[in-house]
Amino acid sequence: MIVADKKPIEEIIDEIKEHERILILGCNECVTVCEAGGKKEVGVLASALRMYFLNEGKEVKVDEKTLERQCDHEYLEEIRSMIDQYDAVVSLACGVGVQFTAEKYHSMPVYPGVNTCFMVVTEERGLWTERCQGCGECILARTGAICPVSRCAKRVLNGPCGGSTDGKCEINKEIDCAWQLIVDRLKALDRLDDYEKISPLKDWSTDRAGGPRKVIREDVQQ
Amino acid sequence: MKPKTPSKLEKVLAAGHLAVTSECGPPRGSDPEVIVKKAELIKDHVDSVNITDNQTSVTRMCSLAACIRLKLLGLDPVLQMVTRDRNRIALQSDILGAASFDINNILCLSGDHQSFGDCATGQNVHDLDSMQLIQTIRHMRDEGKFLGGDDIKRPPEMFVGAAANPFADPFEIRVPRLAKKIAAGAEFIQTQCIYNLDKFEEWMKQVVDRGLHEKVSILAGMTPMKSAGMARYMKNRVPGMDVPDEVVKRLSDTPKEKQAEEGINICVEAIQRLKEVEGVRGFHVMAIEWEEKVPEIVERSGLYPRPKVD
Amino acid sequence: MRLAYPTSIKIIRVPCTGKVDVLYFLRALEKGADGAYAVGCMEGDCHFNSGNLRARKRVEQVQKILDTIGIGGERVQMYNLSSSEGPLFAQYAVEMDERIRKLGPNPIKKHKKKAA
Repeated sequence: MIVADKKPIEEIIDEIKEHERILILGCNECVTVCEAGGKKEVGVLASALRMYFLNEGKEVKVDEKTLERQCDHEYLEEIRSMIDQYDAVVSLACGVGVQFTAEKYHSMPVYPGVNTCFMVVTEERGLWTERCQGCGECILARTGAICPVSRCAKRVLNGPCGGSTDGKCEINKEIDCAWQLIVDRLKALDRLDDYEKISPLKDWSTDRAGGPRKVIREDVQQ
Repeated sequence: MKPKTPSKLEKVLAAGHLAVTSECGPPRGSDPEVIVKKAELIKDHVDSVNITDNQTSVTRMCSLAACIRLKLLGLDPVLQMVTRDRNRIALQSDILGAASFDINNILCLSGDHQSFGDCATGQNVHDLDSMQLIQTIRHMRDEGKFLGGDDIKRPPEMFVGAAANPFADPFEIRVPRLAKKIAAGAEFIQTQCIYNLDKFEEWMKQVVDRGLHEKVSILAGMTPMKSAGMARYMKNRVPGMDVPDEVVKRLSDTPKEKQAEEGINICVEAIQRLKEVEGVRGFHVMAIEWEEKVPEIVERSGLYPRPKVD
Repeated sequence: MRLAYPTSIKIIRVPCTGKVDVLYFLRALEKGADGAYAVGCMEGDCHFNSGNLRARKRVEQVQKILDTIGIGGERVQMYNLSSSEGPLFAQYAVEMDERIRKLGPNPIKKHKKKAA
């Protein structure tokens, strides 16, 4: 899933302080699981903002709503009938949701309420770690299903670099060296000989390098 | 072995001599005299001189410009190139720029992570890795073609090198990783600084067992320690460095004012021992900000005078 | 024991302080409470292992939020005691009452009145 981290309340206050009718819009998907933008976080932020504005002596309406998703038309349509009551939306969805909300309600200011991070697994509650950067050309078959693009600090495709020490990355002893993991895994699969196959130059045009990306599936289009 | 390029380093190796290289770090400024002075100190005692490429990710004068300075002085520079800061357009372009000054050696590296340097919040590139950079240069040189497939007019003539760390993790792939670099096209190897001679000899034995020493010229990396403090720092703080306790002890048992001299002694003894190891084809003496000691080390190790080739 | 404690305090019983959420505190203050505190079991003695530890973390979160929005984090506290310590319960209540009296009323109330 996508993980997001909380944005400091003071930053959100700074973004919205000129508005008087604000909708805090949560999302029931990834940001709920990572406890950054679900119904509960919407409640906490809204309550804090209401108290803040009251304390400042300002009359500001702060309402709460959480949608099933903010990355699909049908769920975002659910707020069409109420959106006119507001002059700003703070979306606690990932950056995708913030943008899609803004696209749909073109004249409505929409502000991000979280910092969107990356694609993760939940290792334990409160700990999310990166596994995929969506490079668009998956090489996991070659690397024992451990991704050097997302898990090596240098995206080295023929690793490790010289900085791998005791299984850890040179940039931080808390980070596993992806290539140590790959070698361990190839060994466990009895495929260590594959290590010596050179990974060719990668086609990064399917990554960020190729500009904004699209997946088009004519077979499922209507 | 017949040399494939005009590289002096390659010629020395092809003639069967033990090669000696050293390195200079470019200045953190634009004064060309800094690099010229360092080069003057060592030029008669080494065959070729590496110029580092923004080592430890600290911004410096570019390796290419400093190499050109050396070339103009009549030296044989080794252009170090990291894949951290350039995409494949810039890499190929800088290679051609270097070739236009007849810089005939290149060392391919991934580069320290930028978080260690003075631009820790910057972006890195890593379009290619060091292995793929080796392939790229060999492709440009041997096929005379760009990565995109077009012909290169006057392709680069470069002797292609790579780094190797005989002590690096994971243990299982220390030798396979060298084999992979050779398969990618590396012709010479400069190793990480060696202090643990036993472990290095063990590695060399495995290299020889696989016949890899026939396919690549291995130059053993040597860095004299200036003090016991430096030894401890290298041991504890530098990733991938293997400094045995007895080296640290030997230096710390030496009075402070004699530690530098003792550091040189250790270095000379190591070279003398490793000269006899099968597969060792030369030495890469990295006297970090201590270039003036290179002549002494080379002389005392019995590697002077340097052979004349052409 | 029939111990006396300040009448300003309204007790809400929960099965475990692990049930006490950030929102409970915020809603209480938003509705006009001048302060709020959780009283849990001794740390290490939680019947559910970590309920009281979670509560402490949540109290800390609320304190941070209240400091940020200018209400003051000290209005919210976490206390621990064991179930046999009635006098300590009363003592904490007195302590909390004194703390809040010193801080004065919840600042949002004066604006709320104005608005009404």
